[in-house]
Amino acid sequence: MRTAFIEELTAQARINPAIFLVVGDLGYSVIEPFAAEFPDRFLNAGVAEQNMAGLAAGLASEGFHVFTYSIANFPTLRCLEQIRNDICYHNLPVTSVAVGAGLAYGNLGYSHHAVQDIAIFRTLPNLRLLSPADPGEARGAVQWLSANPCPSYLRLGKAGEKHLYSSPPLSPNPVVVQQGNPDVALVATGSVLSIALDAAALESAAGRPAPTVFSMPWLNPASTATTAALRSFKHVICLEEHIREGGLREMLASLLPRSIRVSGLALPSDATVAVGSQNFLRAAAGLTATHAQQLILSRDDDA
Amino acid sequence: MVRPLMIPSTDLAAGIRHHALRMVSAANASHIGGVLSMADTLAVLYSGILKVFPDQPDHPDRDRFILSKGHCCAGVYAALALRGFFPLSELDSYGMDGSRLMTHISHKVPGVEFSTGSLGHGLPFALGKALAARRKGLPWRSFALLSDGELDEGSNWEAILLAPQHQLDNLVLIIDYNKIQSLGAVSEVIELEPLRAKLEAFRWAVREVDGHNHAELHAALSSLPFSKGQPSCLITHTTKGKGVDYMENQIAWHYRAPNADLLAKALAQLEQNPS
Repeated sequence: MRTAFIEELTAQARINPAIFLVVGDLGYSVIEPFAAEFPDRFLNAGVAEQNMAGLAAGLASEGFHVFTYSIANFPTLRCLEQIRNDICYHNLPVTSVAVGAGLAYGNLGYSHHAVQDIAIFRTLPNLRLLSPADPGEARGAVQWLSANPCPSYLRLGKAGEKHLYSSPPLSPNPVVVQQGNPDVALVATGSVLSIALDAAALESAAGRPAPTVFSMPWLNPASTATTAALRSFKHVICLEEHIREGGLREMLASLLPRSIRVSGLALPSDATVAVGSQNFLRAAAGLTATHAQQLILSRDDDA
Repeated sequence: MVRPLMIPSTDLAAGIRHHALRMVSAANASHIGGVLSMADTLAVLYSGILKVFPDQPDHPDRDRFILSKGHCCAGVYAALALRGFFPLSELDSYGMDGSRLMTHISHKVPGVEFSTGSLGHGLPFALGKALAARRKGLPWRSFALLSDGELDEGSNWEAILLAPQHQLDNLVLIIDYNKIQSLGAVSEVIELEPLRAKLEAFRWAVREVDGHNHAELHAALSSLPFSKGQPSCLITHTTKGKGVDYMENQIAWHYRAPNADLLAKALAQLEQNPS
C-alpha cells in the first residue's frame, strides 16, 4: 500500500505544484523516487516528529499541501498536539501519513502497533480521517486529498496488501464491495476488508447467503447522512484493526438507528505482548474470517 | 483615525507597556511580567525592523513574526493596534466574553500569523515558513520570539538542530531571557547556561544584547542575518516586569493582575520613566 501511496503522490506532484513531502527519516526504498524527482518539494526532517508536524504547518501556511510520512504512531501520537493545534486549529493542509495501520508491523511489537489512532483522530476538528483497504483505495485517497487539501490523516497498511476490488473515487460514503444479503452488512475499514471478503466467501461456500460487504475508507467526518447506505440493514457487523474503544463500531453504533444491531470484531484494548506476524496477532485477537462468520450467524445482542 | 506610519521605538515601547498593563488589569489576566520583559524587543521590531502592512495584514511580502510565548500576547496586540492593524479601542475587549483578543495569541487577530499557548510550537512553525520562503526564492524573513523557560521543550531543540542543516539564514530566533520561568528562576529549574555556547554549538549565529536598550536591539536586528548561511539567534537579556518597580524580578507577576490602585501606580511610573 505504501508503494501505491508514493507512486500516486508522485503522479499528483507532477500536476499539483503544491504537494510537498516531509519524512521523519523513514521510508527507505519507498520515498527515493519522489525525492529524486522533486528535490525542492522534499525534506527529511530527521527523527523529530514534533518539529516535522510543526514545520509542515508552517510550509502549509505558505501554500504547500504537505504530506508528513513515517511509521505507525510516530507521525501521529508522538506529535499529536502539533497536529491538534498547529494543523487542525489553523485548518492547514497537512496530511499525516502513517504506514503500518493496526498490527501491520506485527513482530516489531507494541511500539509499532497503530491501534488507538482512529479513536483519537476522530475527535480532531477539521480533520479528514482516511483508512484505505487496498492499493486502489490508497491511490483514490491521495487523488482526493490532492484535489481537496485539508488537515487529514491517511492510515495506510504496509506492503503486500492485495488488490481487493475496483474502488470508485473516494467519497464520505461506505462503498459496496460485494452485494449480498440485504439484511446483513459486513463493514470493514482498512486492510481487514480482506477478512470480510473471506468471511463472505465462506458463507457462500456453506450454502448460505453472504452478507453485503462494505468498505469504509472515509472515517471522519461522519454523519447520519454519510452512513445512510447502511440504514436499510438489520445487522451491521464492523471489522477494524483497532481497539474497540472509539473505533468504527462505536462510531456506527452512535450514527445508526437503535433498531439496527451493530456488532463487530476489534482488538482488545490491552497492550499486545505476544510476538508474531500480523496474521498471527490478528488470529490471537479473534480478528479472523471464522470469527466474523460467527457474528454473521449469531442472534445474540451481545455479539 | 489617522495614525503616523512610523512610531519611534521608545514611544511604541511606552505605548505597549501602557496598554498591556491596562488590558491585563481589566481582564484580571496573568503574564504581565513576561509582556514587560519583551516590550522593548517588540517595540524595536514593530518600529521599522519588521516589514509589515497594517492595511493589508496578509500582504505576501511581509516579514512573518511568530510569538511562541503566546501567553504574553497582550504586548503584541498592543503593538499591532498602535501600528494600525486594528482600532486601539478594541484593546479594551482583551479577554472579555465574545472578544477576538484571546489571552493566548490568536491567529484570528489581524497581523497575527499563528496561535500559540502551548510552548514549543512557534519555532518549528517559523522554520517551516522560512523553508517555504527559501524553496520559493522569496525575500521575506521568519521571526520567532520565545521565552527562556520555553527552551525546556524538546521540540525547540529539534528545530534548532534542523535549521542550520538547510542554511536557513532567513530564520530569526529571539529569546526573551528574563531568567524567570513559571515556578522559579531558570537557573534553579533547568539551567540554560551556557546558552550562547549551546546555540553556537548547534551552528547558529548568535548575538546577545541588553533587551531594554533600543540602540543595541536596533543595531543587532538591523544586521540580519548575523552570518550568511546560518540561522540567527538574538538573546535579549531582560528583566521580568521591566518598567514597574514592584513587578521587576517578581515571580508573582507571572500570575497576578494589578488592581486599580496598583495599575495607577504602574502607569504613573511609566509616565515618569518612559523607556
